[in-house]
Amino acid sequence: MDVRNVYHRLKDASRYAVLTPDGRFELFCAALASAIILIIIMIVSYLLEGSIQSIRSSGIDFVIGSRWDVNRDIFGALPFIAGTLYTSAIAILIGVPISIGVAIYLSEMAPDWVRAPLGFVIELLAAVPSVIFGFWGIFTLRGFLRDSVEPALNDTLGFLPFFEGNPTGMDKFAAGLILAIMIIPTVSAISRDVMRAVPNSQREAALALGATKQEMISGAVIGYAKSGIFGAAILGLGRAVGETMAVTMVIGNKNSFSWSLLDPGQTMASIIAINWWEADSGSLYQSALIEIGLVLFGIMLIINVIGRILMGRMIRLREGAVG
Amino acid sequence: METNELNAWFGSFQAIKNVSMKIRGNLTTAIIGPSGCGKSTLIRCLNRMHEVTPKARAKGRVLLDGEDIYSRDVDPVEIRRKVGMVFQKPNPFPTMSVFDNVAFGLRANGIRDEEFITKQVERSLRQAALWKEVEDNLDGCGAGISGGQQQRLCIARALAIEPEVVLMDEPCSALDPIATSKIEDLIFDLKERYTVIIVTHNMQQAARVADYTAFMYLGELIEYSKTKRIFENPEEELTEKYITGRFG
Repeated sequence: MDVRNVYHRLKDASRYAVLTPDGRFELFCAALASAIILIIIMIVSYLLEGSIQSIRSSGIDFVIGSRWDVNRDIFGALPFIAGTLYTSAIAILIGVPISIGVAIYLSEMAPDWVRAPLGFVIELLAAVPSVIFGFWGIFTLRGFLRDSVEPALNDTLGFLPFFEGNPTGMDKFAAGLILAIMIIPTVSAISRDVMRAVPNSQREAALALGATKQEMISGAVIGYAKSGIFGAAILGLGRAVGETMAVTMVIGNKNSFSWSLLDPGQTMASIIAINWWEADSGSLYQSALIEIGLVLFGIMLIINVIGRILMGRMIRLREGAVG
Repeated sequence: METNELNAWFGSFQAIKNVSMKIRGNLTTAIIGPSGCGKSTLIRCLNRMHEVTPKARAKGRVLLDGEDIYSRDVDPVEIRRKVGMVFQKPNPFPTMSVFDNVAFGLRANGIRDEEFITKQVERSLRQAALWKEVEDNLDGCGAGISGGQQQRLCIARALAIEPEVVLMDEPCSALDPIATSKIEDLIFDLKERYTVIIVTHNMQQAARVADYTAFMYLGELIEYSKTKRIFENPEEELTEKYITGRFG
């Protein structure tokens, strides 16, 4: 064994003993990545620990009871769960069709010089802080809804339970509308991307069969992209469910649920935001608010997982046999 | 079908230069030539699919039943109903069933009579020699069948709207030899009812399926005559070089 050989063997061995610069960098990045997991674990354990008092005291009544009486320690969070789901559903009903229209225009119709600027503006809308949407809701939207839109709805559709009562402009309708506006950037940007991901061969196939552009879009493009668009809508739903600030500012904050959109209401996020500082540390009240947070977290988790699965299905379709 | 001084561009690049050719009905015409010679562009001009590509345009006359398909008052959608197309890569609609794939063109053309659609789907699938393989699986996914079956599905889809002319843009280039020979047999049968124009890289394929063959080079039509003549006794030196593989 000559000297050179020994030297190389030593050098090889040192690779395992001392990390190379790349090895150290990898370790560093892995540590940062694991911090994410740590944060999730910390949040979940905080929520569980904080809610335990409330879970013990209220049991299942917490999610099926509709009485929320702080003075008597009765905590039924159903009105807030319902309020969240209801306003989010309104947001989806209004926001998703608009977003799909925007996405179709951006992906299939807009000339290049419109496409890029408009896409940028939509992303700008996503960058507006939600408290600004709240301000805008209070100062601009509220008056408009109270004086024009809601009286009209009440006059024409007032016989439906959804439009009874006195228009105030600070109600579930306002919350749903604000949420709709807030989810449009997310839903339209993702929908645009999934439509752009539809292979051109699909468009040509439709056109070559004598389809008009509209038939091509509705048949070939939407058909191909539908699971992705559905996923985009679900991710939008996730955003709507979790949105706090803007909703808290416009929903009117009434701790009971009604089907009328023209009635004020409360969502899970808004009840926490409004009452957090009022609840004494360690009290059952505070624990109940934390449990609302736990329920909210669970709902958002489910929504996001469903959304991701649907997006994944679209991607697999694209990577499948057809080109 | 006939082209008259047809020119086509992608931006400022001219892909087709003054091509005039008369395509005979109920026969198969092959267009051969090296890559980039404009043969695909040429057939894409025949159903006005060329202009679908951004910045692409065409100028000249293409007569179908004596009518210029490029005249101002002609809707390209109407032309594409008369001139069907099969693409290089099988492109069935993956989220639709086999049945709905074939029915797409009929439904897009405003046909609502489900009974007629059902009949027409079966007829087209039989014509495309696919019926036996999919008749028990009409509700199955259009992308769930093999590549060769997918291409025959695309052919059936094109036939369902009963076009006069069927354009095929290298329909076998993504297929294995067995699937290829099935499609070639099919092309042979199709000319009973349709005029078939096929672009191919494969000279043997042109010799096997085509009655007439056109040779293109750098956007120009170099030679066009009976297939036998092109392959056995070409007039142009360029054609002979290409056919015999002594090219470039």
